[in-house]
Amino acid sequence: MAEPPILLSAEGISKSFLGFRALESVDLHIRAGEVHALLGENGAGKSTLIKVLTGVHQPDSGTTRLNGEQISVRDAQQAQKLGIGTVYQEVNLLPNLSVAENLYIGRQPMRFCLINRREMEKNARALLAQYDIHIDVAADLASYSVAVQQLIAIARAVDISGNILILDEPTASLDRHEVEVLFTVIRRLKARGLGIVFITHFLDQVYAVSDRVTVLRNGKLAGTSLCADLPKLDLVSLMLGRTMAEATHGSRRQETGPVHREISFKGFGLGRSVAPFDLEIGRGEVVGVAGLLGSGRTETAKLLFGIDIADSGTASIDGKPVKIGSPRDAIKLGFGLCPEDRKTDGIIGDLSVRENIALALQARRGWFNRMRQSEQRALADRFVKALDIRTSDIEKPVKFLSGGNQQKVILARWLATEPRFLILDEPTRGIDVGAHAEIIQLINRLCGDGMALLVISSEIEEIVAYSTRVRVLRDREHQGELTGASIDTGTIMRTIAADSARIEA
Amino acid sequence: MNTRLLPFYATLFIGVLAYLICVIQFPGMFSTRVAGNLLTDNAFLGIAAVGMTFVILSGGIDLSVGSVIAFTGVLLAVLINWNGVHPLLAFAIALTLTTLFGAAMGLIIHYLDVPAFIVTLAGMFLARGLCFVMTTDSVPINHEFYTMLQSLYWRMPGGGRLTFIGGLMVATFAVGILIAHFTKFGSYIYAIGGNRASAELMGVPVARTTVGIYALSGFLSGLAGIVFSLYTSAGYSLAAVGVELDTIAAVVIGGTLLTGGVGLVAGTFIGVIIQGIIQTYIVFDGTLSSWWTKIVVGILLFAFIALQRILVWLSTRKASALGAH
Repeated sequence: MAEPPILLSAEGISKSFLGFRALESVDLHIRAGEVHALLGENGAGKSTLIKVLTGVHQPDSGTTRLNGEQISVRDAQQAQKLGIGTVYQEVNLLPNLSVAENLYIGRQPMRFCLINRREMEKNARALLAQYDIHIDVAADLASYSVAVQQLIAIARAVDISGNILILDEPTASLDRHEVEVLFTVIRRLKARGLGIVFITHFLDQVYAVSDRVTVLRNGKLAGTSLCADLPKLDLVSLMLGRTMAEATHGSRRQETGPVHREISFKGFGLGRSVAPFDLEIGRGEVVGVAGLLGSGRTETAKLLFGIDIADSGTASIDGKPVKIGSPRDAIKLGFGLCPEDRKTDGIIGDLSVRENIALALQARRGWFNRMRQSEQRALADRFVKALDIRTSDIEKPVKFLSGGNQQKVILARWLATEPRFLILDEPTRGIDVGAHAEIIQLINRLCGDGMALLVISSEIEEIVAYSTRVRVLRDREHQGELTGASIDTGTIMRTIAADSARIEA
Repeated sequence: MNTRLLPFYATLFIGVLAYLICVIQFPGMFSTRVAGNLLTDNAFLGIAAVGMTFVILSGGIDLSVGSVIAFTGVLLAVLINWNGVHPLLAFAIALTLTTLFGAAMGLIIHYLDVPAFIVTLAGMFLARGLCFVMTTDSVPINHEFYTMLQSLYWRMPGGGRLTFIGGLMVATFAVGILIAHFTKFGSYIYAIGGNRASAELMGVPVARTTVGIYALSGFLSGLAGIVFSLYTSAGYSLAAVGVELDTIAAVVIGGTLLTGGVGLVAGTFIGVIIQGIIQTYIVFDGTLSSWWTKIVVGILLFAFIALQRILVWLSTRKASALGAH
């Protein structure tokens, strides 16, 4: 079978941000009439690669060719002129403009030097009809649901793209029918000879629509292959960076018989975010949560901590029903959460180590019961010693600490409130190996002290190392729980890949 | 229909209501004479407010407006009276300078990424200072061309006079509405005000548009300055102090969101007229201090900002309800 011609090729693309290497010599070849899936965990460099291709970022090195001709894309406008249409991850449209204006901004039909609004709205209706959308195109975009906005963004990008269409997680907010509509459109464009880049976290969708797949990991190319040649399990190991052969050791932690699990959630769920699940957790337990990004891991944490409010299910502690309507409620109940992205959700970079540690405890005490300086200092000193936070001074702004030490500061903040239930979302992301081991030790120690922990992580070995039970999530559903001897990396990976045939083997 | 336009309808309602109250109390106010005077007296304010509408729609602010009006007035007086330049040439010079001045502020705002508030505050001091450099006196303008323009008017049915400057303001609003809704530039302004980052990703030329917006505001401030000098027949360094704040008030009362992206040029027109009606009422009453205008405008501003916040709050609640399905 002859390979279709290459439309867009990017070779040796590297890009650093403030010394952090986001992309390291990555190659990507998009062929005409092919759907090319781009996969990788969060922070693998997918979005950066897309932004380089569309001129939002300039690469530090590497060349891009379109139809064999070298190009350098300066900005989004030029990318559009070259026929590269993009739907970025977040819906990047303008809610204050009408649907028609969003579709045609910068390309409005003109008559006598003025915009012909009637013509524009007629075109917009015709364009959206292809997607089975029949709405008032003169109304503000904001008056439609996120799913409709997403389809409008796609319609816009398709309309612009003469050569390449890039879809960065287009299906995240679509339901099954809308995904089908999108896939029909993708197949039609494919037949027309467009090169399509498709970024998603849903493996089923990769196999449903893609011809070729490229996996990025930590800013490097992990592999590229035809979908037909790559079984799902191999794809998962490519994404996680482990092969099945080395991934076989089991859990070293055994379940200590029937324990009293005092914190219980029944049928907890929220719309499209996470399907209803049950969870019970008690003193001295670590429940590991495994799953690919977008599988509902972080959403589960947000639900348990009251950041998102569950629309179904009940929670109870010691058999008494409790209401979790906000993080404040959760904190009052003795819950703690270390969020996934500590830079935006956790650390307050300009405040000192002491202030960051004292924050949660102060918030729980209320504004009028201010903690004295000496009290704060004693608290900070205690945790700096206990967690071995490496800082020259507890008055040093947290932003000057290394990633691992920042993580420990957030941990300290919650430990200071003496929580009974602590949720850690990716506690080891972006920290060096030494700090990594220390955080794991800390998790084990806290668990030994009788705390209940829920730990979310992409590092499967890590989960195996500290969990008493493991939850596996896929497609926003809790797929099941592994306990005792069944906790090993192989089983977890197979459950993630939904390779049900081999699970019982 | 559209909740975003609710502030505009509220303004329209308040404007009509205010006029009705005035007419009930002083039937004399129901005449084209009063209407003509309303347009003439507020011509310079209205023209400057059109520019301010675009600036605020894009999410910015222009504090230099009043100073640029005074600068234009003094420049015209100096050129025409002391240097014998023909008014038309003087107009061209003034408009070129103020447009370039606005464009320069736009360049600094965009490329140096400095808040518009700071840059135009600097522009305000700069333009005002330049007035004093030219002259500290009030310079009268005596030129037959000026007298001719001042005596131009169209007699409306009922005896009211639509003067040249009143007509110019109405024309400016008409062109402003066309720019806002029927040009690409206009759609870019709304886009940048809606979300600058998204606009950039959608291919909106943000740099060009930002410079264009402040250049337009500079041009219209210059035009307002010309109108002001026709209105007063003089150039004076201390003229039009705080006019930028009156225009901001007119824009906000006209239903434009201070955070940008939402609003109508036509709303600003009503905002200007409401201020004019209050002023006229005070004149008709005869016993009230003219500072009552400020007090009523202040109350209206508070009311409209509160209304906008409530609407924004309602629409985000609706959006999250839509998102959750």
